[in-house]
Amino acid sequence: MNWVRKDLLGTRELSREEILLLLDTADSFRDVSRRDIKKVPTLRGKTVITLFYEPSTRTRVSFEIAAKRLSADTINISTGSSSVAKGETLKDTGRNLESMRPDVIVIRHSMPGAPHMLAHILDSAIINAGDGSHEHPTQALLDLFTMREKKETLDGLKVAIVGDIVHSRVARSNIFALKKFDTEVTCCAPPTMLPPRLEELGVKVAHRLEEAVAGKDVIMMLRIQKERGGTASIPSIREYSSLYCLQEAHLKEARKNVIIMHPGPLNRGTEISDEVADGPYSVILNQVENGVAVRMAVLYLLTGGEG
Amino acid sequence: MILIKKGRLIDPGTCRDEVVDVLIRGGTIARIGKDIALTGADRVIDAEGLIVAPGLIDVHTHLREPGYEWKETIRTGTMAAAQGGFTSVVCMANTDPVNDNKSVTEYIMKKAHSEGVVRVFPAGAITKGLKGAELSEMGEMHQAGAVAISDDGRSVKNSRLFLKALEYARLFRLAVICHCEDEDLSGGVVHEGSASLFSGLDAVPSIAEEIMVRRDIAIARYVDSPVHITHISTRGTVEIMREEKSRYQKATCDTCPHYFTLSDEATLGYDTNTKVNPPLRSPEDVAAIKEGLRDGTIDIIATDHAPHDHVSKDVEFDMASSGISGLETALGLSLALVHGGVLDLTGLLAKMTVNPARLLDVPYGVLAPGKAADLIIFSDTAEWTVNKNAFASKGRNTPFHGVTLKGRNLVTIVGGKIVYNGL
Amino acid sequence: MERVLLDDKAIERSISRIAHEILEKNQGSKNLSLIGIRTRGIFLAKRIRDKIEEIEGRVLPFGILDITMYRDDIARMKATLEVKKTDIPFDVNDMTIVLVDDVLYTGRTTRAAIDAIMDLGRPKKIQLAVLIDRGSRELPIQPDYTGIRYSAVTEEEEVSVRLREMDGQDAVLLSKTL
Repeated sequence: MNWVRKDLLGTRELSREEILLLLDTADSFRDVSRRDIKKVPTLRGKTVITLFYEPSTRTRVSFEIAAKRLSADTINISTGSSSVAKGETLKDTGRNLESMRPDVIVIRHSMPGAPHMLAHILDSAIINAGDGSHEHPTQALLDLFTMREKKETLDGLKVAIVGDIVHSRVARSNIFALKKFDTEVTCCAPPTMLPPRLEELGVKVAHRLEEAVAGKDVIMMLRIQKERGGTASIPSIREYSSLYCLQEAHLKEARKNVIIMHPGPLNRGTEISDEVADGPYSVILNQVENGVAVRMAVLYLLTGGEG
Repeated sequence: MILIKKGRLIDPGTCRDEVVDVLIRGGTIARIGKDIALTGADRVIDAEGLIVAPGLIDVHTHLREPGYEWKETIRTGTMAAAQGGFTSVVCMANTDPVNDNKSVTEYIMKKAHSEGVVRVFPAGAITKGLKGAELSEMGEMHQAGAVAISDDGRSVKNSRLFLKALEYARLFRLAVICHCEDEDLSGGVVHEGSASLFSGLDAVPSIAEEIMVRRDIAIARYVDSPVHITHISTRGTVEIMREEKSRYQKATCDTCPHYFTLSDEATLGYDTNTKVNPPLRSPEDVAAIKEGLRDGTIDIIATDHAPHDHVSKDVEFDMASSGISGLETALGLSLALVHGGVLDLTGLLAKMTVNPARLLDVPYGVLAPGKAADLIIFSDTAEWTVNKNAFASKGRNTPFHGVTLKGRNLVTIVGGKIVYNGL
Repeated sequence: MERVLLDDKAIERSISRIAHEILEKNQGSKNLSLIGIRTRGIFLAKRIRDKIEEIEGRVLPFGILDITMYRDDIARMKATLEVKKTDIPFDVNDMTIVLVDDVLYTGRTTRAAIDAIMDLGRPKKIQLAVLIDRGSRELPIQPDYTGIRYSAVTEEEEVSVRLREMDGQDAVLLSKTL
């Protein structure tokens, strides 16, 4: 199939076929990162701007490496030191950037809908690198890529997502993407961290970690989103981790070759123990590697073609 | 002298619905009857096929002056009211400076008199500066022309102070118009429901409104004072009102056209024109509001006209100002209730004329010889497409731009003077 | 209207001859490898490899190359091209590589293939084997081994290669474009 979208704003609107196209394309690009000359000329002459209103090292670096490995030129804008600090609106920032004709703008913002605003008014391809609690599509895609790599198929998987679900864009994007396949998704958190009516998204809800991990092929641990009010939902980090920190003992209940995932950054001891994070079931570092390949695929598909 | 011929006169206040002529002399209605002679009339309006009704009364408008004149002025706001068929509007106190004393009230009255084209009735603030700490000088504001008090934009959080306000307002027979919102529960930008699950926006549960409605009515009942809950939006609130009104007749409420027209699904595209407080609710809430209008639980339809400048809305959803510029679409949207069989014309008009007049205790909203000639002529069938760029209001923030409505105001007459003519 | 330039027997003979020529030119099969360019080049490369195994008793290292990432016309394409896997499981350094493709036309695909291989290392030599050279070069690129040379292709004509692994028959055809 052909990719026709101008932007990547979320996984909710993607079809199963589009997700598979992205994953298959990422497969080819991963080899580039594993050889000596980690570059292909595919996006030579294209300009990719990363516009990050929220701090991030890993996602921004991942996009930058992905763009550079495709031979694109990259510019990074983080807003503390820019015109935004002087009060410029998002639309004005976007329009100013567009006058310099970037092919792609990768935007991370603290408010849902910000990438959509830019996508409506700019010709550049817009990639959502996280908009508030709404979506983080490239994270979900690299998560699915990792799951598929380790489990060979996405259909039939039983996945547990544990943590601050209500504030988590990673959770949302993963849920939307996973439900395009024949998967069973269980969200686990204290009730205060679950949005009401979550079952409407087709997921199961559990409040106890032991229950949630039983029989699962994939366990995805999430960080408490302090910056989005997550700590107000629990009495203390200490109590949270006594109930929801993933320990080695929990893994006995899961499937034999369970994989442990985390979008990072890790809060060791809060949501995941050292033994599990560094243990044989953890694929956290694979996720990071796959992130570059997936982002290369996204950049390639969005900039290819005349459209 | 103006003669309106052969219009279908619907006046809920006098239970009238018949095709008659109306003769206006000076600022009052001179005669209502069949086949009034044309002699002496300076102006004859052929209202055949159209409806003649008392001018609409809006109990909830924001005119933004003083202080926010770039969003709206008393002049442009009243012109928008006239276009929309409103001959009287209550303007809320969240101006700058806040209307919490007679000087600001007098300023508004003077401006309205010299530049406004419809009647303006200020609502003074309940508390000084809208800060919820001390009562404002309601007595003096009332003398200056205020007909109501409201801290709209917020609730009076301190229950003791709210109780005192209700008791004190009774002295001056000021309507107490309550914006019900528990600010500790709110703090989101959309309704907490299915739509917020998809959009990831911070969400407000229905109970943020319902808790305050209960509290406000309980206190009003305790001190036996009238209380009016404005812009109700949830099914729970409708149920509370239904229950309370069965045992306490002095509680009344209003809703706004957007709450019976749009649901929270409209917010899924992050269009800031759908951002309003209280937020657009679920389809079940919309259905309950319609039912509340149908069975009389909801007494009044108000606009909560909240004009904003382009810049306030052309930003990220979280940062956008809340509000819809509603004076010019209210009648068209409300007539959909008639077309949809929820209300008949008399029932609808009652909620926009005689009921508001009763709440505010003003001598308008009814057509009879000797009464002020405040009336409108409208078509309940004419189809038109909403064009925000043609609004008289400075506020172009409407989610209804481009929508086709059935029914439109054509002529507005205030005190015998034609202030809007769209014929 | 189709004209058969090479039928199945002719293709088999060409493959056999090319295999012999490769061995002759390189004086044996030492440090020799085959890389097929997607898609039909792969099948031709396999057939050459099998023929060389028949002759020499050795299986040459074999790779698959997808040149999409190295095309010079990506930005002009109407739709994004699908990127497929490149699989070269041997070290290209100091190796003599014979690139195999079905049709040699403008030379741009070969240029892209050379760039792709250069990004993997430093081969000793790169040679080119094609089933049909239809002329009309746009770059200074020449094949080392050719099945058939047919450069009289006009503007209204098209050369197509069919291979049994993919198209159910073996033939190189010349047809009028409609």
